[in-house]
Amino acid sequence: MKTPDVTAALADKKLQLAIHTATGRMAERRREIVAQGVMPDYQDIRQHAHNLKKHTLENLDYYLEQLERNVEARGGKVIWAKDAAEACAFVQKLARDKGVKVIVKSKSMTTEEIGLNEHLENDGVETVETDLGEYILQLAGEKPFHIIAPALHKTKEDVSDIFERHLHSQPESTPEGLTMIARKALREKFLEAGLGITGANFLIADSGAVVVVENEGNARLSCSAPKIHVAIGGIEKLIPRAQDLGVFLRLLARSATGQALSVYTSFLAGAKRPGEPDGPEEFYLVLVDNGRTKLLADESKRQSLYCIRCGACLNHCPVYRKIGGYNYPWVYSGPIGKILTPQFKGLHDDPWVPFASSLCGACGEVCPVKIEIPRILLELRADVKKDEGASVERFGFQVWAWLMRHPKLFGRLGSMGTSTMNMLPAVGPLKNWLSQRDLPESPKQSFRDWWKKR
Amino acid sequence: MRVSLFVTCIVDQLFPNVGIAMAKVLERAGCELEFREGQTCCGQPAFNTGYRDEARTVAEHFLDVFEGAEHIVVPSGSCASMIAHHFAELLPADKRAHAVETQVWEFSQFLTDVLKIDDFGAALDATATYHDGCHSLREMKIKAGPRKLLEKVRGLKLIELDPPEECCGFGGTFSVKFPEISGSMVRSKVDAIERTGASTVISTDPSCLMQIQGALTRAGSKVRTMHLAEVLASR
Repeated sequence: MKTPDVTAALADKKLQLAIHTATGRMAERRREIVAQGVMPDYQDIRQHAHNLKKHTLENLDYYLEQLERNVEARGGKVIWAKDAAEACAFVQKLARDKGVKVIVKSKSMTTEEIGLNEHLENDGVETVETDLGEYILQLAGEKPFHIIAPALHKTKEDVSDIFERHLHSQPESTPEGLTMIARKALREKFLEAGLGITGANFLIADSGAVVVVENEGNARLSCSAPKIHVAIGGIEKLIPRAQDLGVFLRLLARSATGQALSVYTSFLAGAKRPGEPDGPEEFYLVLVDNGRTKLLADESKRQSLYCIRCGACLNHCPVYRKIGGYNYPWVYSGPIGKILTPQFKGLHDDPWVPFASSLCGACGEVCPVKIEIPRILLELRADVKKDEGASVERFGFQVWAWLMRHPKLFGRLGSMGTSTMNMLPAVGPLKNWLSQRDLPESPKQSFRDWWKKR
Repeated sequence: MRVSLFVTCIVDQLFPNVGIAMAKVLERAGCELEFREGQTCCGQPAFNTGYRDEARTVAEHFLDVFEGAEHIVVPSGSCASMIAHHFAELLPADKRAHAVETQVWEFSQFLTDVLKIDDFGAALDATATYHDGCHSLREMKIKAGPRKLLEKVRGLKLIELDPPEECCGFGGTFSVKFPEISGSMVRSKVDAIERTGASTVISTDPSCLMQIQGALTRAGSKVRTMHLAEVLASR
C-alpha cells in the first residue's frame, strides 16, 4: 500500500512546534472548559446532541422541506445542488446576472469542498476570504491546514512576509499590527463587494434560519454589507428546532477553541424586510448534497454526517499532530477527514487513509456529537480489504490465521522465530520496524514451555 | 477462585516473564490457575488490518478453547478489549461471543474489581512512571486501578507523564505501515518519559511496552520497561 511521504513534515522543526503548540493549546482549553466542575452535564449534552443529529438525519427529507418552506416564507430562495458543479454554477450565474465583480466570503469548509473560489476566480470574479487565517492562506496560495484554525502552521514572521509580498506592507512583528494590516485591506473589499458568501454552521428547519458562528465579525459583515447574501451549507447541517440550537452552541466553541461561546453568533433569516434599516436585499441558501445522500444510505457509518466541524478530533489526534493538515488527500484532514474522505471520494484513490491511525481512540473520546470514529475507521479498513485482490499481506494473514488455529505448530514455530528474530534479514515489516526502534531480546523459552515444565 | 490464563501470543512468545509474573501474583492471591494449551491469539492483528474473515476464524478458535472458562485473565488491555468489545461484532450469531464480555478481564481489572485486593506485598525500589495503553484507557476504562495497585508497592515512587494519556504510536500494523509517524510518536513518548526522571516505565500493555522499549534502547536510554504484573511480582 502506497502511503504519503511525510518525511519533510516530520523533519520540519518549526512546523512541528507550530502544530504542537497550537493544537495543544486548543486541547488544553477544551479540557478545562468541559471539566466536570465547570460543565457537569457535558456528557449528557454530548449524548443529546448525538440523538438530535441521529433523529434529524433519519428524517432529513421532512426537515429539509420544512426548512425550504420557512426560508421562502421569509423571502429567501433555496437552491438544491446535487454536487459541487451545480453549487458553483449557481453562484457563478448569480454573480454574472447581477454584474458582481467582487465577492467577500467568510470561512466555510463546504465552499472549500466544492472548490468555489477557484471556480469563481476562473470566471474573473475576485473572491476574497475575509477570515484572517483564510485571507493569509489565500494570499499565500495555500489551502486550510486545519478545519477551524486554517493558518495554524504560519508564524507571525511568515504572515508579515506574506503581507509584505502581496499587500506591500511594512514588516510587522505583532499579531495586533498584522491584524490591522489585514483589516485595512479587507475593509475596502467589504465596501466594494456586490455579493457576500457565508457558510452555515446550523440550518434551523422550524425557523428557516442560518446560524453562523465566528470570532472576527467578518462573517457578519460578509452577509450584511453587500446587497446579496448567499449562504452555502451541506444538507447535514440541519437541526429541527431553534430550541435545539442551545445544545450545539454549548458544544461547538467549547470543543473547538475552548471558548464558552464564540464571539459572534449570527442568526440570519432572509433578506431585509420592509422598514428594516440594514441587511442584504436578496438572500439565497444553497443546500449541497455532493455525496451526502449516498453516505446517508449507509446505516452503520451514517453518523459521519453528524460532524459539526469543531476540529477537536484534529487537536487530539497524535497522527494529525505529527503530519499536519497537508498530508491528507482532501480538504478534510485529521480523524474526521480519515472517515469522510473514503466515503465521499471512494476507497480506490487513497486506500491508505483509514489505515493512518494508531486507533488510539482520542478522537472518539472528544467528539462533541459522539461519532464513533475508531469503529468507522475499522469498518472502512474492512471495506478496503474486501475490494482488494490477492496480495502478499492477504496471503500472510491467511497463513497466520491458519497457524493460529494450530497451537502446537504455533508454539514450535513461534519459539524458532523469536530465538532467531535478531538474525532474520531486515525486509518488509521487520525492516520498517527496525527503521525506528529495536527488537526486544529473544526470550529463552516461551510461556507455554515454562508452564509445561513447572 | 478458578482463573483461566490467556497470556496472549505476544506474551507467550516474546515476553514470557510477564505471563510468569502474572501467574505468580494470581497464585499468591489464592487463585487456582489453568493454562489452556490450545490458546494462541485474539485475532486483533487481522481485525485491525481489515481482514475480518481471518480475524473471525481466530476469534472462533479462541471461543472454542475457552469454552466454559469462568474468569479469563489477560495481561493486555488491548487484547482483552478485542475479546470483550469486538468479538460480538465479528460473530453476531455466536452466543459465546456476546457472553465472553463478562468473562474476560484485563489483569489489573481482575485484581481490583474481582479479587478486590490492592496490596500484593510487592516491593520495588524505583522511581517509575505509568503509560496508559489507549485500549486499556479508552475501551476498557482502566485508569485508577493500576495506580491503586502501584501505590501499595513498597519503595516505588510514581510520577505521572506530561502529557498524560497520549498514544505510544504502536497501533499494531500501523507501526510498520507508517513507520515514520509511529516512530515520531514513540520518540515523543520517550521524551515525556525522560522528562519525569523515572528509571522505569510501567504499563499493562505488552505491545506498548515493546514499542516503548524498542525506542528507549534505540535512543540509548537507561530507562527500562516493566509490565504491571512484573512489578507486583517483585519482592
